[in-house]
Amino acid sequence: MSRVFKGRPVVAGAISCEAVVSHGGFNTLASFQKSALMKKKQVICSDQNNPDLYNKLLTGKAVCLPQTIGSTTGGMVLHAVSAMGIAPAAMLFSKHIDSLAAAGVILASVWTGSKIVAVDLLGDDFLEYVKDGMTLSVAPDGTVTVDGE
Amino acid sequence: MEHNMRLTPEEEAILNGEQGESLAKVMKTLVLYGDAFGAEKFVDVTGPSHLVTSFGLNVLKPVFAIMDELIAGGVKAKMPFTVDPRPDFANIESGLLENLVFKKIMYGMQEAYDAQLAKLGLKNSNAYTCTCYHEEVGNIPKYGDILSWAESSAVVYANSVIGARSNRNSGIIELFGAILGKVPFFDLLTDEGRQAKWVVEVKTSKLPEAQVLGSTVGMKVMEDVPYVKGLGQFLGSELTGGVKDYLKDFGAAAASNGAVGLYHIEGLTPEAAEKGEGLIAEGAKTYVIDDAELDRVKASYPVIWKNKETKPVRCFIGCPHLSYRQLDDWVKKFGAELQKQGKTKVGMITVFTAAPDVIERFKTENMDAYGKLLRYGIKLSGFCPLMYMNNPLAEKKPVITNSNKLRTYTSARYYTDDEIVAIAVKGGF
Repeated sequence: MSRVFKGRPVVAGAISCEAVVSHGGFNTLASFQKSALMKKKQVICSDQNNPDLYNKLLTGKAVCLPQTIGSTTGGMVLHAVSAMGIAPAAMLFSKHIDSLAAAGVILASVWTGSKIVAVDLLGDDFLEYVKDGMTLSVAPDGTVTVDGE
Repeated sequence: MEHNMRLTPEEEAILNGEQGESLAKVMKTLVLYGDAFGAEKFVDVTGPSHLVTSFGLNVLKPVFAIMDELIAGGVKAKMPFTVDPRPDFANIESGLLENLVFKKIMYGMQEAYDAQLAKLGLKNSNAYTCTCYHEEVGNIPKYGDILSWAESSAVVYANSVIGARSNRNSGIIELFGAILGKVPFFDLLTDEGRQAKWVVEVKTSKLPEAQVLGSTVGMKVMEDVPYVKGLGQFLGSELTGGVKDYLKDFGAAAASNGAVGLYHIEGLTPEAAEKGEGLIAEGAKTYVIDDAELDRVKASYPVIWKNKETKPVRCFIGCPHLSYRQLDDWVKKFGAELQKQGKTKVGMITVFTAAPDVIERFKTENMDAYGKLLRYGIKLSGFCPLMYMNNPLAEKKPVITNSNKLRTYTSARYYTDDEIVAIAVKGGF
């Protein structure tokens, strides 16, 4: 059984991919820095303080999160991994998007032409329902359909 | 392009490319950014910017490409800006292999990036520090200034300790605001956005370690604004130099362990002193911090060394960069500990980090302390410990620090000020 959540598209797009879920704040720099600095072909989350995502693959996934936290390099890091082709396919926020994540997805869209689909305001229910490995599809109007277990 | 922000005719013209393609893209980025937060308009930036991106990391080529595009488009920051620390290989005692990795593999684009920064309006060649607000550096905003800043520790300091107004801008976005001389008006720029959604009651038996208290607050309130009560009994009601240093370290931990961009300290920080509990939003939640809560948080920090008992080889003190006062204090602290342990030199590579301008002053105006620092075997650098740690060689080394920010982003292990001086002098646990 699938469930539908309605959010607000910040960077609109249609995409279908697998979810990875962070219930706490997602620290962009801490998560991406190791794989990015070592020019890996995929990003494995290196944030030791994130028990949900530490050591998990982020590239091509839909990262489901409340907001991003941490260093103000966050947006720039998102922009860089997007340009390198190793970014998540989508970032789906239960809360309002934060300033760092917004910067990252907008910079990627305006300056590199690459796209990280971003939808925010999906609500706490979304983050409670979605689990690692679930397949979800995002529509350009911000509708997120999550395939159930 | 369609947008919701209300633009002036001049802003609309920039967006439409009448002042060049580069500036149009800068404007488009900031309009989309403002729209994402429901900003109705732009407001003028009234003070110099501070940028977070200071490292010519090869991996940041997409950022350098933007810089090139801006320079080619003939744009520049409206006021000279400061920027985070640059690499300093000479003063941190790194090995040949490390130097090779730093210079050739990691920071191969440093010189080119320094040149880009200069062309875009960097204040001077010493303007590399995360603590631009120290008097020696001189990028000190005024109360109420509208800023386009990044660097989480600097933003939270400017907002909280000075009472200026900056959002937690990302790298590149802050540069765009500096170039345009305008920023979208939302969140921490507005009175409403500066209201506290948390009341934090500090009920500890003594002044908490700034870095642990900041971490505890950040992990709880995340991106919200806290109004902190109970610190006045320890810090008093005056923003002395020492109090500012404490709040610098507290804020950096709150910003990196959470996403705090502004905090109010009852009776102490400028807005709290002026407006008091009027800054607390209706329905604000309460969080009580006592000794047990601080102990719980400190014990929760993960240690990711392969062998937790291994002997540390390096100690970093100064993330964020130390003030002139703190440098002097740390030299005294190490002197006392060396005497206590009957030693003349530190037992491991120990590096203090501070702004180049602060180091220059320390070397010239406090020669006695500087001489002691050298005799104790302590290094003094303008480097960023965080960036030193972010390479395959350094990250495997057991490094200790008193910085909760450094702990958060690297494999460095956190110790309190008193703990770390004892370990660094002894050369182990």
